[in-house]
This record gives sequence, C-alpha cells and structure tokens, in this order.
Amino acid sequence: MTTSIFAPTTATPRVAQVITLAEAQALIWQEAELLDTLGYKAWLDLWTAEGYYVIPTERGDGDPVVQLNLLYDDDAMRRMRVKRLTSGFAMASSPPARTVRTVSRFVVAASEPGLIAVRGAQILVEYKYDRTRIIAADVTYRIVATDDGLKLDQKVVTLINADDPLHGIGYLL
Amino acid sequence: MATTAEPAATSSAGELFQGDRGDSRLYRDPALFAEEMDRIFKKTWVWVAHASELAGPNTFKTTQIGAQPVLVTRDKAGKVNVLLNRCRHRAATVCEKKRGRQSVFVCPYHGWSYDPDGTLRKVPHSWGYEEGFDPAQFPLQSLRVDEYNGMIFATFNPDAPDLAEHLGAARKWIDLFMKQGAGFGVKVLGEHSFRFPGNWKIQLENTTDAYHFPIVHKTFLDSLDEETENVFDVLGQGGWVEDLGNGHSVMVMIPALVDLEHDLDAPIPERFAELAQALRDEGHDEATVRKVVRAVGGTGFNLNMFPNIACSMAFFRELRPISVSETEVHHIAIGLDGGPELANRMRLRLHEHFQGPLGFGTPDDAEGWERVQRGVQAGDDMPIMVNRGVAAPQGTAEPGHDAGDVSSETGMRAAYRMWKRMMQG
Ligand code: FES
Ligand SMILES: [Fe+2]
Repeated sequence: MTTSIFAPTTATPRVAQVITLAEAQALIWQEAELLDTLGYKAWLDLWTAEGYYVIPTERGDGDPVVQLNLLYDDDAMRRMRVKRLTSGFAMASSPPARTVRTVSRFVVAASEPGLIAVRGAQILVEYKYDRTRIIAADVTYRIVATDDGLKLDQKVVTLINADDPLHGIGYLL
Repeated sequence: MATTAEPAATSSAGELFQGDRGDSRLYRDPALFAEEMDRIFKKTWVWVAHASELAGPNTFKTTQIGAQPVLVTRDKAGKVNVLLNRCRHRAATVCEKKRGRQSVFVCPYHGWSYDPDGTLRKVPHSWGYEEGFDPAQFPLQSLRVDEYNGMIFATFNPDAPDLAEHLGAARKWIDLFMKQGAGFGVKVLGEHSFRFPGNWKIQLENTTDAYHFPIVHKTFLDSLDEETENVFDVLGQGGWVEDLGNGHSVMVMIPALVDLEHDLDAPIPERFAELAQALRDEGHDEATVRKVVRAVGGTGFNLNMFPNIACSMAFFRELRPISVSETEVHHIAIGLDGGPELANRMRLRLHEHFQGPLGFGTPDDAEGWERVQRGVQAGDDMPIMVNRGVAAPQGTAEPGHDAGDVSSETGMRAAYRMWKRMMQG
C-alpha cells in the first residue's frame, strides 16, 4: 500500500467560521509540540481524512503528484508511518534523534470562510550521538474548520536544502 | 620526474583484506582512504550518469569522481564529455549547478569561457598575455568516457581495460535491469540523496546484503499487504548471490522477477490492480497493461558494480566517498521514458515508500551503517567477518561463477577481492 497515484483532493470546509491567524497558530504550535514529544497518535487526529503531508525534493512550485518527494503521505500512508515510528522496530526511530523546533514568521496566504492558508518558517534542531543538526524549512499549511474543530488539510515542508544531501531522519518534520 | 603525490608502485594496503576477513582499518584509516582515492577511484571506471540525465545537446550535470568535482556534458554534436570542473586559469569551478542546459561555461572569476566539449573558447582581455599564448592548449581536462546500455562511466586511467571488458558478466544483468523500461527505455525521474557518517565500503557491502533485510526492514515489511510482503520475503525464495568478476556481483532475491518479459500471463498483483485498471481506462490493450505493470514493480535483484554504482531492484544506487568516515548516497528514481504517465507516478510512490532520508527503509539502513562506524572504533584485532554463505541452490548461478545462497556474503567477498587487487596496484 502506497499513497494513491491519483491527484489529491482537498477537504471542503464544513463550517463557515472565519479562522483567525491566532487560531491557526495555536493549531500549528500544538502540532509542533506533538511532533517534538513524539505524540504521533494524537498528531494523526489533527488531520482531515483528505489531508496531504508533503516534503518535496525540489524547491519551487512543482506538482508533488508527478515529482519525486521525500515524503508524500495521504491518510493511509500517514497511519502506516506512525505505526512504523512507534513500533520500536525501526532502528532510526528507536529512539529517534531528540528534536526541538519553533515555527514562526507567519503570513496569511489565503483566507475564506472555513479555511486559512498560512506560510511560516520552521527551525528544528535535532540531537543524537553527541551531534546537533539544524534543519530549516519553509512550511505552508492549509487549515479547514470542521465540526470537530480546526484540522490540518495540507502541510508542505520545503527544506532549505531539499535538493541537497540530507541524512537519515527518523522523526517527522 | 614523477611527483611525490603519485602512489608507490605497490602497497601493503591490500593485506588488510584476507580471504573472508577485513581489518578494522578498512573503515577508519584516513591514510588508507586517500590511497583508495588514488588506487581505485583514479584507476577504474566510475559511474557518472545515466544517458537520460543528458537529454539532448548542451545538457549537463555535475558530480564527482573520488574527491574530484567533474562536469558531465552532452555537447552539440551529442557526444558525452566528462571534464574536470576546474578552470585552467586559477582553478575556480566553472559550474556549480546540479544540472541544466547551456552551451557555454563561463568561469565566474576572470571570465574564461569553455564549450561543452571543454574547448577554451575565449579569454577576456587577451592582450595581457604574451604572444604565443594559445587558448587551444588549455581546454578543461577531459577524462575517458564510455557507455553501456545508458550507463555512462568515466576514468582518469588511459590504460584501464575497455568498459565492456571491465563490466564483463555484469552486462547481462544491466540488460535485464533495463527491461523495466517496458520497451520505452529507462529515464531518470528524480533522486534522493543523503550522507551518513561511515566509510563508503559499508554501503558497498550493503547492496548485496539480504541478511539484514528482514531485520532492519521489518517496519517496511509490516507496511505491505500480505501478497506484497510475500514478494519481499527475500530470504525465502531460493535466491542467490553470484560473483560476476572485477568486483561486481548480483544478488537475486526474487528469482521470478529476474526477467520482466517472462511470465506476463501471471495474475496482476493486488497492489497494481488500481494502476492496471487506470491504464485500461486510458485505452491501453491488455498486453501493454501487463507489460507496463510488470515493469513498474522493478526487478528482483541488486546488481552491484565496483566501486560506486548499483542497479538495485527498481533504482540506481550511487555512492560517493566523502572522507574515511563520511559517504554520500544517491537513490536515483527511474521510470519509463515515454510510457504512460500513471506508471511513472506509481514508480515515484513506490520509491518514496522505501527510499530516501524519510523513507520506510533508508533511515534504518543509514542508522545501521553509522552504528558500524561507531562500533569499529573498538577492538583492534577483531576482524570484519564476511564469511557467511552456503551453496547457491542448484541451477541458479552461471557455471564457473563463485556463488552462494541469497544471504551469503559472496558479493562482499567479490568486492573486497577487487579492492585488494587494486590496492596492491
Ligand atoms: S580562475 Fe577561471 S578565469 Fe580565472
Ligand atoms: Fe537495507
């Protein structure tokens, strides 16, 4: 089972509430903290069923469905990934490098009833085997209002060095 | 007079590998690494590109051979050139882009400009050179280049045997591997790259290491449907590892997927059912659908070619040594050159599933290799053991080739025998 070969659809907002940047930030920071604390199961619940999580191998506006990505997860793939990361059998993730990340420099890219798109910057420091590494990325979020609160519908993490050699990453960005 | 930088005619370094045991210094001695760059990476054929990466006149990519940055170009006549990425004036690199299309390379420092075949085209303010200074004498330094079935190699060594001879028995396996073009040809679709803090030979060994697969890649296997999990039962299908000579070897994990044009009437696996239906819906006939679907899954073997390239099931795995304890690996995704676009999408999704810095497989490999480099700092007298293996199943390997069962370390011994031969110079 891999991510579907068909182009993704996005979730339609089911609640016409205006989402403020402060509300979006709260969700983004909740997500950041869950990822740093390995709260992967709770993290799954932050997503819509249609949601896509993408880490491309190139910077720019290419279409991830026809390009190679570092990570391109629909709902099924996200669940399998979390299963892998929490299984205890993935050598790179048992335990993963520790991470501390901040997300900031927020700009509202689009806003309409029930939906907000936000651009931000993420600086992450990882630590393992006496070594720290910094991973910087531009991140875009598409957040929709649902009956169950705000949910992530799309997250694209474009690494500053997306097209250069990285290293094995045993956690989520 | 020879410069002092030239390696001595013979060396004792080869002694570090004996039979089926390696010395710890193989992974950790910086002086040995420098010697390997001279005796191996400057002496044999090193893979630099797939032909599809140079699609048409005036295309290029940059890469390295050993520690040396090179520019791989296709000139306007269509010929492939491998040139040192070093200006003949005072050494600046003439190109720092990864790939692209251009008809001239202008050194950014003083503006010497070069044609894609390396010819020095123009020197700015040439009045400042004395009469008799002839730009024709200063092209970018070019290496010997040859190609086999789309695989482009280069060497510094004018005396190296022809590429065909160097590849030898590996050629048959390259041809089998390229069948995953499904008759359209093979095209590079993109690549993942990463570095790990460990010696390059740790990666070289891993390409023919089926032994680690069910352990290290348990979480990948657990993410597959049952049918596919059975396909990836790499130790349980009567596979084998075969020494192909000159350090090359092949590890066959899924014997049913050696020749992708055989057995096209076999039922289409469940994981390809959606793709098969989508191809039918696009109007492809059943024979094409079956051929394409079979090709999309890739082959059932890893062909490891000494010293830096593997045709690994469904992708190219290139290694670039950086230092004694750092190695760069490229997982180059390939697809059909002109075939149905949906087939290539499926290949991209399959590649992403296992490969790359965030795949379900690679991070665990990289962690394992780092653990080897950390562990080998302990214990000076303990050998690295590559003695594993029982006989290959009857009727598998070509008669006369050294071979072992699929989990054997036959391929590693083959690579180290070539290493030893080259290090003894
Ligand atoms: S170093 Fe290239 S022109 Fe001077
Ligand atoms: Fe592996």
